[in-house]
Amino acid sequence: MIIGKSYTRVDAYDKATGRTKYTEDLCDKHALVAKIKHSNVAHAIVKSVDISEAEKIPGVVKVLTCFDAPEYLFPTAGHPWSTEESHQDICDRNVLTKHVRYYGDDVAAVVAEDEVAAKRAIEAIKVEYEVLPFVLDVQEAMKDGAPQIHEKYKNNVLAHTQIHKGNYEEAIKEPGLIKIDKWYNTQTVQHCHIENFICYAWEEGGRIHVTSSTQIPHVTRRCVAQALGVDWGRVRVVKPYIGGGFGNKQDALYEPLCAWLTTQVGGRLVKLDCQREETFANNRVRHAIRYHFISWVKPDGTLVARKVECFSNQGAYASHGHAICAKGLGSFPQLYPCENFEGDGWTVFTNRQVGGAMRGYGMPQATFAIEAHTEDICTELGLDPIAYRRKTVMPVGYVDAFSKNELYSDTFNQCLDAGMKYIDFERKREAYKNQTGDIRRGIGVSLLWYNTAVWPIALETSSCRMVMNQDGSIQLQVGETEIGQGADTAFSQMAAETLGIPFEKVHIVSCQDTDVTPFGTGAYASRQTYAAGMGIRGCAEAFKAHILDVAYRYTRMQSYLMDIVDGNIIRKTDGRVLMTLGELALTVLYDREHNEHLTMEKTAQLKTNAYSFGCCFAEVEVDIPMCQVKLLNIINVHDAGTLINPALAEAQVHGGMSMGIGYGLSEKMLYDAKTGKLLNGNLLDYKLSTMMDHPHLEAQFVENPEPTSAYGTKGLGEPPVNPVASAIRNAILNATGVAFDELPMRPHLLYEKFSQAGFFQD
Amino acid sequence: MYDVEAIYEAKTVEEAIKLRQEHPKAVIIAGGSDVLIKIREGKLAGCELISIYGIDSIRGIRMEDDGTLRIGSLTSFSHITRNELIQKYINVLGEAVDKVGGPQIRAIGTIGGNTCNGVTSADSASTLMAWEAIIELTGPNGVRRVPIEKFYLGAGKVDIQPGEIQTGVLITKDSYENCKGHYIKYGMRNAMEIATTGCSVNVRLSPDKKVVERLRIGYGVAAPVPIRAHKTEAAFNGASVSMETANGIAKTVLEDVNPRDSWRASKSMRLHLCSVMAKRAFIEAVKLSGGEI
Repeated sequence: MIIGKSYTRVDAYDKATGRTKYTEDLCDKHALVAKIKHSNVAHAIVKSVDISEAEKIPGVVKVLTCFDAPEYLFPTAGHPWSTEESHQDICDRNVLTKHVRYYGDDVAAVVAEDEVAAKRAIEAIKVEYEVLPFVLDVQEAMKDGAPQIHEKYKNNVLAHTQIHKGNYEEAIKEPGLIKIDKWYNTQTVQHCHIENFICYAWEEGGRIHVTSSTQIPHVTRRCVAQALGVDWGRVRVVKPYIGGGFGNKQDALYEPLCAWLTTQVGGRLVKLDCQREETFANNRVRHAIRYHFISWVKPDGTLVARKVECFSNQGAYASHGHAICAKGLGSFPQLYPCENFEGDGWTVFTNRQVGGAMRGYGMPQATFAIEAHTEDICTELGLDPIAYRRKTVMPVGYVDAFSKNELYSDTFNQCLDAGMKYIDFERKREAYKNQTGDIRRGIGVSLLWYNTAVWPIALETSSCRMVMNQDGSIQLQVGETEIGQGADTAFSQMAAETLGIPFEKVHIVSCQDTDVTPFGTGAYASRQTYAAGMGIRGCAEAFKAHILDVAYRYTRMQSYLMDIVDGNIIRKTDGRVLMTLGELALTVLYDREHNEHLTMEKTAQLKTNAYSFGCCFAEVEVDIPMCQVKLLNIINVHDAGTLINPALAEAQVHGGMSMGIGYGLSEKMLYDAKTGKLLNGNLLDYKLSTMMDHPHLEAQFVENPEPTSAYGTKGLGEPPVNPVASAIRNAILNATGVAFDELPMRPHLLYEKFSQAGFFQD
Repeated sequence: MYDVEAIYEAKTVEEAIKLRQEHPKAVIIAGGSDVLIKIREGKLAGCELISIYGIDSIRGIRMEDDGTLRIGSLTSFSHITRNELIQKYINVLGEAVDKVGGPQIRAIGTIGGNTCNGVTSADSASTLMAWEAIIELTGPNGVRRVPIEKFYLGAGKVDIQPGEIQTGVLITKDSYENCKGHYIKYGMRNAMEIATTGCSVNVRLSPDKKVVERLRIGYGVAAPVPIRAHKTEAAFNGASVSMETANGIAKTVLEDVNPRDSWRASKSMRLHLCSVMAKRAFIEAVKLSGGEI
């Protein structure tokens, strides 16, 4: 078995020794440098741009403004195209804009011979604005009379969807119900991948070539073509190794602008390299979503009716739009089924930077809200939080009517059992009762709900190509991308397993090039092993069948009598090795009668999706006078089905937990209320958590193979981040009795809430 | 790519002074961990630099004949932390500078740069304040010694005259003898952090460990420049080693500090923390001195 073994990552040695080439390493050192003039107002119409001084700076090649930019509107979301217009992503961007919609919007660009000249020219550009009123708060933006950010969207509402189940109004009339009515607020955060966004573009052979640090080369190609108004085939996008994306790079970021700039300087090579400050201020962010929960429960906690409102702050442009808000909303009546449910989700434009995809896609926000609320119900009614969750959570056999996803196993109970045992939950819960003093400890839990892939909301497809070499090894190509998560290693294990060759005989082509890589939609959702797994398995099985047909010529054995095991063609009836795969490949390639190059290419379209569940337990020590939370212990337990590579799966969970810790305790993008400017857009002032802020991160698994999956897998890329903040929140509640309904639970908020709680009175 | 017009490198203090006179507008650069950031931000874009990083004579720590501890201005944070003289006589300084940034910054950043930068958040500053460090400056007219409290003139402004460079940070024997201290850096995370506020407290206890003979408290980010808590010190010099004293210190420091409201933290929160930290650092300093509370 190759599946289930912790092979060393295929890219480990190259990455550890610095041999791996990323976009910047690949770019010719003589490339022209592009820089962007960002607006210093949050909402305005550009009246004029004076570039006369900028053009005089030595080394400046070209200065371009929003008045030069093409009029084509384009979308940026990393979603598959839809042939139905109503399902297409919203086209609301130009490469440079005359209507500034957030502080930092792109109004002009400079192409220069070096960075210093480009920076000096940017400083020398003078922009005249007609300044408009702006709005930053999501609910303020919905009010009549709020600044209109996009013409077509009344009250700035990008989308509003509803879920109705049963009869909420009737159900709440039942006597004796307890109403629990609370608001929960989540903050804006950024992905903080190590490699900032970077791309470079040039023209050659009448086509526009773009190399980019992206998760979605095939989608980006289409977005660039839309932005420039050219045929899709005229654009080529190459994706080398990337230093993380976490969803920020599941968007066309500055590829369209860079591609346009090269066309304005005679096709010369132009590099656009975002500074860290631009990654913060001008890329995508996680949506801040505000939730209003009203639950009507019986004294024993039975959920009779629930109403939820979600207000998602989209920022200035549509990007992934309503999909993020809607995902969380849709999860609520699934995770805790409720007969009478009413849900509203609004995604609303504001004059803030643009919300896009980020690991978890709306679920870290939604999980914080629902798991804080669930804990609040338990606290209010004096119920045991574990027993209550076991009783009310989605039952085994539950099928979601829309996605047809099914909970096949007793996952939630198994995960809770494992987590409780590791963290010694019951004993500590007891020990932490009735604490007094400055320093108190607490323990908390959170469940998580997730969907692996995107079917049936969008197309799910994955293509795979296998090309055999003379030694029986193969090149493996898929459209799904390695973005640091270890996909290439998992893909190689899958291919080796199904084809019957040693792991080392799979040479994965990591780089995607839209000219040569079979079509795939890239890395997003938690779909890589699930979706690409189906493409790989389909291709490998067809390839194996074909190879055995070819082997018949040389072995005289019927194909059904043979198999490929460990790189050998064997006779199944007695296990005899008939020839090695290498001998077959070499012989058939140079066969003067029946020459053939052994290759296979297949596309798998997925019409299934899979649930992926788990939980998190956190133990904290709260230093009340110092307003600090120390995380003592934390464990995530996941049922991701069959683990392809347990070591990589564990690493994936560690990364997600780390992101969840920062989300829960320290990370928050701060905006100046007077100007709309991002105040802390750098890695010093934005408090990304560090190794020194983490305890040991325990990752455990319950392996219930997913019946619909080619290799028994279900999503693991995003789920680990989702339950962490809520588990920490519930632990702080347990320690101090103070319920935090806002993220992050940083010292500022602790100071405020502890002051209100009277902890600092003499 | 940094926007630097020119860089002049000095190998000796004399060369540095000469370059300072020849290029009066040029900015002095040592480890570069502050200056390069300002250039990148555009604040110093297009500047001229005088690098003093190659002047080995002002690097390292030694004891002078009169017992004064001399820390060469170019000594890096990581070298200070690991130095035996520091560990023996003023361990708290080594601990304080070990809280700067991350390992790379501590290897490049210098104590001279940390003080000359003139910022209130410098991790070395509150401890140097609390230990009454003397700043040594060398210029065309020779050596000048300035008590650190006078060295800070205002936010980002220090007393370096034209032609001068800082050559040493001195701690006198009277300052460190029989004295132990503790520094608390308040940050929003445990590494890669700038202090929200910092408090350094040291005490000299009576031989029987019952009386606080000398109390010194230094703060960072409690005012535009690092400060001493003189009122509190005056009130509690000679006080008993007790929880009552600790609580008194916690209250009285509020008369010494003057933090500001900013998006990084509110004044109210900083005041609260200044009080809590003074108490805790005092208790810790007493414990290090062999006292009991």
